[in-house]
Amino acid sequence: MASIAGTKSSLVWAVHLSLLAMVLLWLFPTAGLLVSSFRTGDQIATSGWWKSLGDSEQNLTLRTGGAAEQAEKDGQFVIEGNLFGEPGEAVISVWGTSSRSISDYQAGDTADLSETEKVTVQANGDYTMINSEAFSGGRGQRIFVTAETPPEFTLKNYNYVLFDPSNREGMAKAFFNTLTVTIPATIIPILVAAFAAYALAWMDFPGRALLIAVVVGLLVVPLQLALIPLLKLHNEIGIGKGYLGAWLAHTGFGLPLAIYLLRNYMVGLPRDIIENAKVDGATDFQIFTKIILPLSFPALASFAIFQFLWTWNDLLVALVFLIDSTGDTTVMTKQIVELLGTRGGNWEILATSAFVSIAVPLMVFFAMQKYLVRGLLAGSVK
Amino acid sequence: MHPALQAVLTIVIGVGGCVGYFYFSNQFLDKVMFRASGPNAGRNISRANMIRPWLFLFPALAALSVYLAYPVIETLRLSLTERLPGNESRFVGLQNYQNMFNEPKFWEAMRNNMMWLLIVPAFSTMFGLLAAQLSDRVRWGNLAKSLIFMPMAISFVGAAVIWKLVYDARPIDQDQIGVMNAIYLFFGGTEPQNWLTIPGWNNIFLMAVLVWIQTGFAMVILSAALRGIPEETVEAAIVDGANPFQVFFKIKVPQIMGTIVVVWTTITIVVLKVFDIVFAMTNGQWETQVLANYMYDKLFRANDWGIGSASAMIIMLLVSPILVWNVYNARKEMQ
Repeated sequence: MASIAGTKSSLVWAVHLSLLAMVLLWLFPTAGLLVSSFRTGDQIATSGWWKSLGDSEQNLTLRTGGAAEQAEKDGQFVIEGNLFGEPGEAVISVWGTSSRSISDYQAGDTADLSETEKVTVQANGDYTMINSEAFSGGRGQRIFVTAETPPEFTLKNYNYVLFDPSNREGMAKAFFNTLTVTIPATIIPILVAAFAAYALAWMDFPGRALLIAVVVGLLVVPLQLALIPLLKLHNEIGIGKGYLGAWLAHTGFGLPLAIYLLRNYMVGLPRDIIENAKVDGATDFQIFTKIILPLSFPALASFAIFQFLWTWNDLLVALVFLIDSTGDTTVMTKQIVELLGTRGGNWEILATSAFVSIAVPLMVFFAMQKYLVRGLLAGSVK
Repeated sequence: MHPALQAVLTIVIGVGGCVGYFYFSNQFLDKVMFRASGPNAGRNISRANMIRPWLFLFPALAALSVYLAYPVIETLRLSLTERLPGNESRFVGLQNYQNMFNEPKFWEAMRNNMMWLLIVPAFSTMFGLLAAQLSDRVRWGNLAKSLIFMPMAISFVGAAVIWKLVYDARPIDQDQIGVMNAIYLFFGGTEPQNWLTIPGWNNIFLMAVLVWIQTGFAMVILSAALRGIPEETVEAAIVDGANPFQVFFKIKVPQIMGTIVVVWTTITIVVLKVFDIVFAMTNGQWETQVLANYMYDKLFRANDWGIGSASAMIIMLLVSPILVWNVYNARKEMQ
């Protein structure tokens, strides 16, 4: 038995470790974006984000003050200051005075620069240069230091992306536009679909089975097919490009899933309740509003989350039906694609903008995961 | 009018309109058209009940026909016609398809789409199954699941930015900021690579993004299916001396085969429509074109509705076996 127990526990460890590896692998890319959105552009461009979490050891080339800053003290010429401008949290471990030997001296050591000139560098970056003759030359001495800098994060990017009025590529407007598209496009299909689902689930009429089959078929029709015909239609009836068109399009595209999910759920509701209500003289309309709708709340919530995520994250429908040439109605996904083109190298702006758009769906996801899972299961498992 | 106000107004009009429609049309049916009183009360009630389902269905049916059914037919028509100046069009038979088949870019998109179809559902399902099986056996499984599931909530565009950072390349003398290149150089690579510009491989790197997103979906569904497996079958196998791998592959997997197929086909549909990832990351350059992006290019950049619609029909054609299969299953289940 002992040997079996032994293999068991090693297998358990293997399970834990492989799952951990998988979770980390799945989390790593998103974490990278999140961390990067709190770093300055320089930091992002000079070191990998994973290095920013711990103290990072950096090799820096810094300069002392120039001859203009010298002061005469006891017959000696002195330049004093801090290599980082002012003492910060960075800690210098070793330093040097030439690019070929950057680690000749420890912090606190004194190096001879010439026969008359000496420099001392402290761990916090304070330096003292002493010369028995006057310093000359405008630029200071180069000092090569190896310094430990603590993690450093900033909210500046978010400030810039969300609140800076001078930033014409800001996300604030796009954020509200996205919200404007999303909310009606989530609420309206639910209502329309709920009535239809009730009819398909609990009312008897010829052609019901056929209609259900049609809905199942329409579930997978690619919305790509709808682009040109509907754009033409919208232009002909005068809607053109704008919110109304986007709301209608999202409603139409969301309906098959909504009807399918809600019908499947409503069919499962207990028959007794509905029949009792009918015996008591309730009309179909009353049964629907007073009994079915409240009982179907979980299914309604599931679909609402789907539709919310889908409309919030959508790019194609917005490109085709919403955003006109003025660009006033741009949504966040479109804005980010633009930024990818124009600011491809400015990771601080890209990462922050992307995270602004991801944040809301992530919050919804974590808050309402239960309903999302339930909806997925109802929508897929047959 | 301010868009936010317009949105609120739309919600009010939309919701109010729907509720009003349903309420008043029912009232009209019961009180005006077929009154449930007088000499014909019985007949009127049954007539009203024949019409009522259609009242409930009407808004949904209207929206479905205009927004999904009509476009299928209209796209088919557009794919067979040529646009002439002045809103005219001319029937040209299969000319658009012929022109499309003569374009190397189309075949590139087809080839890539086929690769996407093979690789993404396979890997998503495989990783999903693995994650489902592993997370069901540990106490922190639910946490693990929600973290692997999380990318589902992230937009394709957001995912594109996330992965562009992963694939980023810097010159050799600078610190790499993309994880891929950092790892590549760490394990002895000589030159940082621009991963998204290496033909062939770049497709794989784009697919990785979708696999990353879809694995969570597969995991959730398959995990539920795994839990639905009767305990006795697993216990019987263990008593008979099966090792954990045998239990998994010979007992569990065969029992959830139906669900695996459903997951596979659902992801296949997503893959056929994949647009945003390619649009945002490479826009079809460096031989990464896919059908949906090819179609977008044709429709809105080249303004060629004929070929654009023809390629949309190709996507429809590729989806239709799944459509038929789904409808068949749904009907079988209802009987």
